[in-house]
Amino acid sequence: MSTNNVDAQKYLDMDLLRFITAGSVDDGKSTLIGRLLYDSKQIFDDQMEAIEQTSKKKGHDYTDLALLTDGLSAEREQGITIDVAYRYFSTPNRKFIIADTPGHVQYTRNMVTGASTANLAIILVDARKGVVEQTCRHSFIASLLQIKHIILCVNKMDLVDFSKERFREIQQEFKTFSSKLDVPDVHYIPISALYGDNVVTKSENMPWYDGSTLLYTLENVQVDSDYNHVDSRFPVQWVIRPRSQKYPDYRGYAGRVAGGVFKPGDEVIALPSGFTTNIKTIDTFENEEEEAFTPMSVSMTLEDDIDISRGDMLAKPDNQPNVGQDIDLMVCWLNKNPLQHKGKYAIKHTTKDARCIIKDVKYKVDINTLHRVEGDKEIGLNDIGRIHIRTTEPLFYDSYKKNRSTGSLLIIDEFTNETVGAGMII
Amino acid sequence: MRSYKLSHIRQLESESIYVIREVAAQFENPVLLFSGGKDSITMARLAQKAFWPGRIPFPFLHVDTGHNFEETIRFRDKLVEELGVELIVASVQDTIDTGRVKEESGPNASRNKLQTTTLLDAIEEHGFDAAFGGARRDEEKARAKERFFSHRDEFGQWDPKNQRPELWDLYNGRKSMGEHFRVFPLSNWTEMDVWQYIAAEGLEIPELYYSHTREVVKRNGVYLAKCEYITLLEGEEYEEKTIRFRTIGDMTCTGAVLSKASDLTEIIQEVASARITERGNRTDDKRSEAAMEERKKEGYF
Repeated sequence: MSTNNVDAQKYLDMDLLRFITAGSVDDGKSTLIGRLLYDSKQIFDDQMEAIEQTSKKKGHDYTDLALLTDGLSAEREQGITIDVAYRYFSTPNRKFIIADTPGHVQYTRNMVTGASTANLAIILVDARKGVVEQTCRHSFIASLLQIKHIILCVNKMDLVDFSKERFREIQQEFKTFSSKLDVPDVHYIPISALYGDNVVTKSENMPWYDGSTLLYTLENVQVDSDYNHVDSRFPVQWVIRPRSQKYPDYRGYAGRVAGGVFKPGDEVIALPSGFTTNIKTIDTFENEEEEAFTPMSVSMTLEDDIDISRGDMLAKPDNQPNVGQDIDLMVCWLNKNPLQHKGKYAIKHTTKDARCIIKDVKYKVDINTLHRVEGDKEIGLNDIGRIHIRTTEPLFYDSYKKNRSTGSLLIIDEFTNETVGAGMII
Repeated sequence: MRSYKLSHIRQLESESIYVIREVAAQFENPVLLFSGGKDSITMARLAQKAFWPGRIPFPFLHVDTGHNFEETIRFRDKLVEELGVELIVASVQDTIDTGRVKEESGPNASRNKLQTTTLLDAIEEHGFDAAFGGARRDEEKARAKERFFSHRDEFGQWDPKNQRPELWDLYNGRKSMGEHFRVFPLSNWTEMDVWQYIAAEGLEIPELYYSHTREVVKRNGVYLAKCEYITLLEGEEYEEKTIRFRTIGDMTCTGAVLSKASDLTEIIQEVASARITERGNRTDDKRSEAAMEERKKEGYF
């Protein structure tokens, strides 16, 4: 095998880390991402040339790396980020997908969107301002969405004379706040995104900091255990029936494993019918697989002919999801039309479509203090609250904490078809 | 406990297959936009995997500007036959002939922009409610903000400020009459991922991607292939160069790069050391800084 082939294999075997960046306006998110891309050599000459020109036009005496990520013309005019933008870069060991989410209050829904698929959150604070309302809000959302790793980047250290004391102060402030959150792994890094201190290379201005750089931390955070590999769940997405000469009787249940591990021979229960059978084969285009685990897309054939269709779920008889129509959830509201008490909505849960009625709003959360708001049950845009719904048919679900995939659902306005709520089952 | 780990390329593949199956399940009449380029070849393979051993349950649509490389068309026809899918060709020439659009004039005339009308007409004529595209978010900055399921109104327009939030792996494909979706299963792939995947899967690609000698003209820093659709300007002349194409599109705006890369391994090395983005060789994106965003709002891919 030639050296190039070895490289190719290494490339294919890299693992994947999805992270979000969050912070208030002007905390330097775009500059930080620009810096990560630039210092890890992901910027092409034509991109660099374009932003150098724009920087000059704007009268800057430096090249504004933030321009690399400000995509839409409305943003360029206003100089702000208005939607989630996705960026990609890789180092020899890992590929990264960044969801760049904006800091404005009115765009919290975008942060929730970005956080829903992220393994890690970088939360930026301005060293001069410390922990502010937005920091708490973003950390709370990260925790609510079960992001297990947070990196608190204290940015603009150059503007506080790279002060160790200031960094420790902010670290302490955040520790006090985050102890109330459900985030097992928090890192603290003092940086200057504008000048690159501790982003990719270690800062000479902060010899007192003996931790890792941001990039090193991103490369080494362990994320494989973030998936649930214990509770086997397989929502059926599509039934494959070729009816061809070669495969006259093939009936495969296609889907993506949403939890646990399945092997040929395993006994499975089909929900909602409750029939049990055994897995005959687990097929992919290239192989009959020996096992399927999260998040593999496969097609399963079963020993017995039982009636299964899209929206049904395969699980193990001794480890079944909850089955029910009365469900408690945390909801983040994403639409300018507030949640209607007793209102009816469409829902999407795994591969299942159903309808629901909002039976009760239990409380709203003040996302700055994490306290319940007394006497106000109006859930409007960007609000987070606990609600109770009843669905038209049973859902097969787990708590969101246990499984992000079988524990999440969308609430959809039946008239506008817009996605109006993001639900996390308790 | 043993660790269950899926490499990044298999995670991307699984995500794309999941999205393709969601579209087949949620829509009545999807179609796959197929150009014969490397991204649509990757899409074709993923669609094949998603429904194997069944057939791909939707047709392919090629929006034909009439300014194609011959090699692309031959390649397209062969692949479609192998996969056993129906191919629909929507022709920009027909759109021009019926007076729906006016051909641009001048030396830099391109039919690239006219494709939008042809595409929207074809979507309406065939009643397609979802159209798969091979676009990736790493290609261009307006694309970095695309959703997997991109909602288009009855005019086929994209409203970047009013996109549906897309959470977890739950894709909301609900729509009103006359509206449709563009779906981008390769959203999270990069150019390098696509090349590595093509190599790993042993996929065939048009010869245009490999180094060859060809008569070209240098215009605005880009090499364009000699063809009847290009008029030479004063001072320009055709010269023979050893080149290859990094993207394959309309001949009038797809630029070649000087290259000796004659197999996939060499292409991958070249991509790895490239200092110019692949769309940097597309004159259609050079028209203005917001060129792609403008076209997308009008209903471009």
